[in-house]
Amino acid sequence: MALDSKVPQGPLKDKWTDYKNHINLVNPANKRHIDVIVVGTGLAGGSASATLAELGYNVKSFAYQDSPRRAHSIAAQGGINAAKNYQGDGDSTYRLFYDTVKGGDYRSREANVYRLAEVSANIIDQCVAQGVPFARDYGGLLDNRSFGGVLVSRTFYAKGQTGQQLLLGAYSAMNRQIARGKIEMFNRHEMLDVVVVDGKARGIIARNLVTGEIERHSAHAVVIASGGYGNVYFLSTNAMGSNVTAGWKVHKKGAYFANPCYTQIHPTCIPRSGDYQSKLTLMSESLRNDGRIWVPKNLEDVTAIREGKLKPTQLTEDQRDYYLERRYPAFGNLVPRDVASRAAKERCDAGYGVNATGEAVYLDFAASFERYGSEQAKIQNISNPSAAKIKELGQEIVRAKYGNLFQMYEKIVDENPYETPMMIYPAVHYTMGGVWVDYNLMTTIPGCYAIGEANFSDHGANRLGASALMQGLADGYFVLPYTIGDYLSDDIRTGKIATDTPEFDAAEKEVTERIEFFVNNKGTHSVDYYHKKLGKIMWDKCGMSRNKAGLEEAVEEISALRKDFWKNVIVPGTATEYNEQLAKAGRVADFLELGELFAKDALVREESAGGHFREEHQTEDGEAKRMKEFQFVSAWEYKGEPKDAVLHKEALVYENIEVKERSYK
Amino acid sequence: MNLTLKIWRQSDANDKGKMVDYKVTEISEHMSFLEMMDVLNEQLVNAGEEPVAFDHDCREGICGMCSMFINGEAHGPDRGVTTCQLHMRMFKDRDTITIEPFRAASFPVIKDLVVDRSAFDRIQHSGGYISVNTSGNTQDANSIPIAKHAADEAMDAATCIGCGACVATCKNSSAMLFVGAKVSQYALLPQGQVEAADRVKNMVAQMDLEGFGNCTNTGACEVECPKGISLDNIARMNRELMKASI
Amino acid sequence: MSGFFKSSIGRKVAMALSAFFLMFFLLQHLAINILSVFSPETFNEVSHFMGTNPVVQFALQPVLIFAVVFHFVMGFILELKNSKANGVSYAKNNGAANSTWFSRNMIYSGITILAFIVLHFIDFWFPEINTKFIQGDWSGMLEGVDGYRYHEELVHKFVNPIRVGAYVVAFVFLGLHLAHGFTSAFQSMGGTVGRKKAAQNIGKAYSIIIPAGFIFIALYHHFNH
Repeated sequence: MALDSKVPQGPLKDKWTDYKNHINLVNPANKRHIDVIVVGTGLAGGSASATLAELGYNVKSFAYQDSPRRAHSIAAQGGINAAKNYQGDGDSTYRLFYDTVKGGDYRSREANVYRLAEVSANIIDQCVAQGVPFARDYGGLLDNRSFGGVLVSRTFYAKGQTGQQLLLGAYSAMNRQIARGKIEMFNRHEMLDVVVVDGKARGIIARNLVTGEIERHSAHAVVIASGGYGNVYFLSTNAMGSNVTAGWKVHKKGAYFANPCYTQIHPTCIPRSGDYQSKLTLMSESLRNDGRIWVPKNLEDVTAIREGKLKPTQLTEDQRDYYLERRYPAFGNLVPRDVASRAAKERCDAGYGVNATGEAVYLDFAASFERYGSEQAKIQNISNPSAAKIKELGQEIVRAKYGNLFQMYEKIVDENPYETPMMIYPAVHYTMGGVWVDYNLMTTIPGCYAIGEANFSDHGANRLGASALMQGLADGYFVLPYTIGDYLSDDIRTGKIATDTPEFDAAEKEVTERIEFFVNNKGTHSVDYYHKKLGKIMWDKCGMSRNKAGLEEAVEEISALRKDFWKNVIVPGTATEYNEQLAKAGRVADFLELGELFAKDALVREESAGGHFREEHQTEDGEAKRMKEFQFVSAWEYKGEPKDAVLHKEALVYENIEVKERSYK
Repeated sequence: MNLTLKIWRQSDANDKGKMVDYKVTEISEHMSFLEMMDVLNEQLVNAGEEPVAFDHDCREGICGMCSMFINGEAHGPDRGVTTCQLHMRMFKDRDTITIEPFRAASFPVIKDLVVDRSAFDRIQHSGGYISVNTSGNTQDANSIPIAKHAADEAMDAATCIGCGACVATCKNSSAMLFVGAKVSQYALLPQGQVEAADRVKNMVAQMDLEGFGNCTNTGACEVECPKGISLDNIARMNRELMKASI
Repeated sequence: MSGFFKSSIGRKVAMALSAFFLMFFLLQHLAINILSVFSPETFNEVSHFMGTNPVVQFALQPVLIFAVVFHFVMGFILELKNSKANGVSYAKNNGAANSTWFSRNMIYSGITILAFIVLHFIDFWFPEINTKFIQGDWSGMLEGVDGYRYHEELVHKFVNPIRVGAYVVAFVFLGLHLAHGFTSAFQSMGGTVGRKKAAQNIGKAYSIIIPAGFIFIALYHHFNH
C-alpha cells in the first residue's frame, strides 16, 4: 500500500483552516449513534475522550491505572509551549513551527507541525478556562520561561508540575462527561488487541486487570493514545507500566510503525546508582536555565573526586570544563536535548564522569546563587553584602523557582544540591517514533487513529522541551475531534457494531491463547529477567550512539532473547485474578518484537539525525550529520517476524523552511 | 541490610487476609522502598510463589498510584514523599517493617496491598470540574488577570495527587483534605466561581455517600500528605459549604 | 439549610457551635466560682442572681442543657459513623507520628467529662432543681446559715477527698479536650484563625486556665474548710 499523508493542498498557513471548512460533519443527532474507543487517558487520550464526548459521541475510555488521572503525562515537569508572544520577544506561529522542525532535525512533516503551532495558543486559553493554575506574575498575567533549542520564552508552566496540572485539567473535562454518561470509563483495563472488520477498526479486546476477564468492546473508530515505548530500554523515565502493547497490536493488524529508532535521551536525569534500579528520574530541563554543566578539566581531579579525596566545590573556575558553553557559545547550556546528551556522553566516554560509575556530570547552580544574590542585595539595599549573604539570597530565589526539584534530588541522592553541584546523566525519556499516521492522525488501518506520543508525530528525530504536552493536547482537543468526524460521517447509518462476529471471536481467541501460554508455561526466568536483558542490549547498542556492527548484533541478540523468552519465561498465578506479572509478560513480549524492529530501523537509517546518532555519520567535530537521501519517514509494515518487516518511505518535502545544517554554535 | 517484612496478604476482595513474614537480604540503603519490594517479588517468583501485589507506576512521586502503610504511617516514616520516593536509608539493618494496604471502608482491598480508590473518582465526577467545552474560542488566557497569590494558592491546592494517604491516615477515614483541595483550587480562581455553590454541595454530598468519615481536625492528614496539602483547604471547604447553604 | 446540617460538614459546624457556647459557659462558670475563694459574699450574691433570674433560669439554662446534650449525642453519632468509615484496623498504627494523643481521643476525654457531669448534676444541679422547683423554695436561704446558702453548700461538697480526686481527674481530661477542641472548633467553622500561632496560644492558655481554675477551687475548699 502506498503511503498517502493526505496533507491538504494550498499555502501552509491556510491548510488547516481550509481543511476544517471542507470536511464532512456529523449532525448532533447522529453523533449519539456513534461509538468511539479511546485507549489511554493521558493528555492526548484524556483530552480526546472529553472533547469527543462533548461533541456527542459515545466514548469508551480505557486506562490500565486505577484512574485516568494517573497516566504518565502527569510526570511532565517543565512546561508547555505556545506561540502566544505574551513576552513580546518576537515569537509567532511561524517561529514555533520553525523551531520545532529545526529541533526535529528536519525529519517531521511540515503541515502537521504548522498545524500544531497554529493551535498551540488555543490550548493555553482552553486550559486556563478549565482552571489550570498556570504560574502568573505580580500583574496577574501568565508567566513564561525558556526551554532548550529556542531563543524566545514561550513555555507556560505550573511550578515543576505542568504535566500534572494539564492532565488534571483534561481529567476534569473527562469527569464532567463521565458524570453525564457520555464517557464510559474502564479503569484497570488493558487493551490486548484491535478488531478489524471489513478492513476497518471496529473494536478492541481488553482484559480487566482486576478479575482477569477478557472483554469485547465495539466502536465505529478506535483511537490509540497509549504513549511511548521508552520502557523498551527497561530503565527510562517512563512509568513502570508504560508500554507499547496497544501501538504494537495495531501494528500487527496493519498499521505501519514509523521511525522506531528515534528516541529522546534526556540530558538531565539523576544518574543510576546500582543494578537494582527500577527506573530513572528526570530533573526538569528548566534547570538548565540557571544551572551550568561541567566536568573537571584534568583527569587527576576526576580520579580524586571519584575516590572522595576532592570535592567539586574545591575546583577553581579554570580547573573546570563547561563543555556546553565551550562547544556551543550561542545556545550554551540551553542546546537541544539530543545535543546536550551526546555532549555528556562524549565527556564521560573520555573518562571525565564524576561518580563511581563514571556516568555523571555536574549541574552547578553556584553562579546563579551569586547572580541572583547580588541582584537581591541591590533590591534590598544591602551594601557590601558578604559572600555568604549573597549566596543565601540567591538560594532563596532558586528555591522559589525549583525548590521541589532540589528536594526531590536530595531525597533520592541524599546530597544537598544547594551545597554541592547536582550530578546528572542522560536517560531515555521520550520516543519520537510511533504508529504512522496521516494528516488526519489516522493509521494505515481505516478508523484506527493514533494520537500523542503513540504516533510518530510532529517531532521528527528530536523533540524540543515542552512540546510533548503541546502535541498531546493539540491532538486531543483540537485536531482529532475534527478529523475523526470527517471519517465517521460515513458511519451514521452503520448502527451498533456487533461483538458476536467471527472477527471478535478470532481476536479474543488469540488473546486468550497467549494468556493461557503464559500462566501454564513451566519456565525458569521471571519476566523482569528478560526485560532487563532486553534493556541492556538496547542501551548498549541502540542508545545514545549507534554503529552498524552493534546494531547487527542487537538484531541477533534480541531475536535470540525473544526465542528464549517464549520457552523459559515463568508467570506465577492464574489468568483469572489480579496478576501483575501476567500483564507485564504481555508487555515485555511486545517490547521484544519492537526492540528488534527498532534496531533494524536504526541500521537502515544510514545517517545521524536528532536522537538517532550513527557513529559512522558525524562531522569532524562530532556533530550529527544528516544525509539528504534519508529525508523520509521510515514506515514499517508488519510481516510476521520483525526481520521480515517491509519498509515504506514517506518523502518529507520542505517548501516553507530551508533545510540547513542544524547548528547551535 | 537484612530485613524482616510483615506484609498483609489477601488473595482477593473476599479473602480474609493475614500478615505474613518475609526476609530480604542485601538491601542497599540507596534503594527506594519499592525497589526493595521488587527484590522481594523477584525472590518470590523465582521460588515459585506469588509475588506481593502493590500499586505503583511513575515511581517519581507524582502519579499517586503507590499506597502503602509502612510501620504505621501512610507512605512510611519520611515526610513529603510517596512510598516510591521513600528510601531504604530511612531504615536500619535488621529492622522489622510492617507493610499494610491503605485502610478505609471506602477503599476496599483488591489484592494484597492494592486497594480500590474509585470513590475518589466518583467524588470528582460529582463536581470536580469547570463546565467549559473545548472550542478553541474561549477567551484569551490573559483576559482575566489573577492575583499571583491566588494563583499560587490554587496551585498549592491543585498539587494533590489523589493517593489517598489522607484517608488512610485519618482516624476517621475522612476524605476532607482531598475534597477540600479540589474545592479550594476552583474556589480560589475566578473561573471556578460560577459553579462554586453547586460544586461544593455536590462534592460533599458524594463524599458523604461514599461513606468517608468526618474531619475531627487532628491534622494527621496534613502531616502525612506527600504533597503538603494544607489543612486550610478543609477550612475553606467548610466556609464554601456554609456560604453555599445559606 | 436543613440539608446542610445533614452533611458531614454541617454536623461538624453544629458541633463547633455548641462547643463555642459551652466554652463561653465554662468561662463564666469559672469566673463566678473563683469568687467563692476570694469573696464568699459576692459569690453568694452572684449565685443567687443566677439561680433566680428568670432569663438565666428559663432561657439560658435550657439552652445550656440542650447544648450539652446535643454536643454529647452528636459526638457519639459522629464517632459511630467515623468508626464505621474505618473498616479493618491497622496491625500497626503510629498515630503519635502525625497527631496529638488528645486530638485522636476526644471521645474518651468526652466520656470522662460526661461521667463527671453526671456526678456534678447529682452534687449540685439535682438538689437545686429539687429545692426550687419541687419544694418551691426560691429564697436561697438555709436553716442555720447566715445569708445565702450557696457558699456553704459548695464548701461542704469538697470535704470528701474521693470527690475532690474525681473532680481533679475530670478537669485534667477537660483540659485535654479543650486543648484540641478550642482550635478545632474554629477550623470546623471554616476559620483559619485556629491555625494562627496567636490563636493556638490563646487555646493553650484557655485549656490550661479553665481546668486549673476549677482544680484550684476544689483543692482550696478541700484544704480550707
